[in-house]
Amino acid sequence: MTTEPIEAKPKKVRNFALLSNRAGAAFLTPAGLLVSVFVIVPFFWVIFVSFTNRTLLGRTALNPEFVGLANYLSLFDPATFFQRGQFGFSLILTTQFVLASALLGQALLGLLLAWLIQTVPPWVKRITETFVIAAWILPEVVIGFAWFAFLDRDQGTLNMLLEGFGLPKGDFLLQQPFWVIVVFNTWRGAAFSMMLFNSAFSSIPPSYFQAADVAGASSWQKFRDIGLPLIRGHIVTDLILITMWTFNTFTPFLLTNGGPSYRTELVSIYNYRVAFQDFQFGKGAAVGVIMMLINLAFALVYLSIGRKKKVR
Amino acid sequence: MKLTIPAFVGRIAFSALAALIGAIFALPLLWFLFAPFNARAELGLALPDPWTLSNFVTVFGNSYAVQALWNSFIQAVGGVILVGAAATLAAYALSRSSIPGKGAVTYILLLFSSVVSGSAAMVPIFLIISAAGLMDTHLAVILTFAGGLLPTAMFILRDFIDSIPKSYEESAMVAGASPVQAFFDVALPVIRPGIVVVVVWGFVNIWGSFLIPFILLRSDSNMPASVAIYSFYSEAGTPIVTLLAAYSLIYSLPVIALYLFVSWKFGFRFFGGIKA
Repeated sequence: MTTEPIEAKPKKVRNFALLSNRAGAAFLTPAGLLVSVFVIVPFFWVIFVSFTNRTLLGRTALNPEFVGLANYLSLFDPATFFQRGQFGFSLILTTQFVLASALLGQALLGLLLAWLIQTVPPWVKRITETFVIAAWILPEVVIGFAWFAFLDRDQGTLNMLLEGFGLPKGDFLLQQPFWVIVVFNTWRGAAFSMMLFNSAFSSIPPSYFQAADVAGASSWQKFRDIGLPLIRGHIVTDLILITMWTFNTFTPFLLTNGGPSYRTELVSIYNYRVAFQDFQFGKGAAVGVIMMLINLAFALVYLSIGRKKKVR
Repeated sequence: MKLTIPAFVGRIAFSALAALIGAIFALPLLWFLFAPFNARAELGLALPDPWTLSNFVTVFGNSYAVQALWNSFIQAVGGVILVGAAATLAAYALSRSSIPGKGAVTYILLLFSSVVSGSAAMVPIFLIISAAGLMDTHLAVILTFAGGLLPTAMFILRDFIDSIPKSYEESAMVAGASPVQAFFDVALPVIRPGIVVVVVWGFVNIWGSFLIPFILLRSDSNMPASVAIYSFYSEAGTPIVTLLAAYSLIYSLPVIALYLFVSWKFGFRFFGGIKA
């Protein structure tokens, strides 16, 4: 449900421990119990449920039957796989969503912002940072409603602005729902990339840039030849983390409800609909298993990079 | 430092671009500065005329809306107490004891916490809460979030405790303190800033969450503000804009206050993955 901080620093293990093993075990127990029940058990339980025909209501709610791979076969049924409102459609939509809003949108915008605020006057930096971070920390339902109002066809601020510039108005939530959630997610999440890259840029010794200034380098040259190569590790970290978050995000549901006609139904929203609106827990669990497998792939890449850093 | 003319023009262009992006980020939010104070607010951006607090009066007159804010508070505070206490103890053990398999535990936790997301695990979480007979209780939300936020909280705190010299507690123990005393009287006060960060982070996460309470709670009297906010829609499904605006602002205030507190107290320093 959450993410982990960037790997801890390596530590020399000392022979002398402040806390005895028994006290240490006692200290670990409460956290261990909670994490087991709400993180580790769900992982195995979802796999189990995905092989049953469990439903939310009715006879199979109490006595689910083992149905083998039936749920997976229905998810991957080639006859309907790519149809709107089906799993394949949702998976492809989510892939496009991650590519456009996380890898292109958030990462590039975050990088641009982080670079810009290195050089601008402090008050510009403060104001820009404040709004970018506000977009990120405010509760998701509030943000969802803010965008709903912003994009309203008749009165919304965006259409008011477009009209002011002499451009045609649009009903964006109906006409371009996919691009709406792409822009929305970029806007919502750019702060993380900005802050990560900002702290990465700040860790570069200023003398590097001063030397480049003396040599007459332009800002673009400094960015390309000094900034970018030195923060390469941070970029990889950032891309993996925002990919995982965007893949699992449920927030667009609050703006579009997955619609119109399934056009913004990301896998998280598809999972919700199958399990809690169609009441098919078995099938929903199968979706959950596939989501976790995809998460696992990204997490393993991330952890292996963290390990390499440790060794270095 | 002397600036050449192109460099000067470049500076201005940079500032203009940064300000423009800032403005784009501000646009969807500006509405919340005006609409709550406008008795005739609509979805469009407009200056209130006159400025009024009547929307807030209506919201505070709505017992369901007030109850929902209180529910959010109970769930966030309950979750944060659990996360703060359990994570501090666990992080201290991971940092200061030499329990075998510490490294493996850390690795497994890292892995599971990133694999088991709320949206992937909504079915099993629902079933676990249901099997435990906790459906539609505050405790359901509190425990689920405590479990989900704990791994990250533990990593933030362990990093923090690792950076504190062991000699603090060692000298206390030389003076005759037991390990538990050394923890409570010596280590805990030093760790406190780290705990504050974890608690604020956890509070903001639970306070703003939608999906988990949405699937685990049923009755109106338990709903947090994030779900209850949808009661400000008319029968036809159109939003009652004035109330929504005022309520959204009230609901956002604790988050804004905590952000200001953290940036005043610590500077909004960057902790890897500070937000779920």
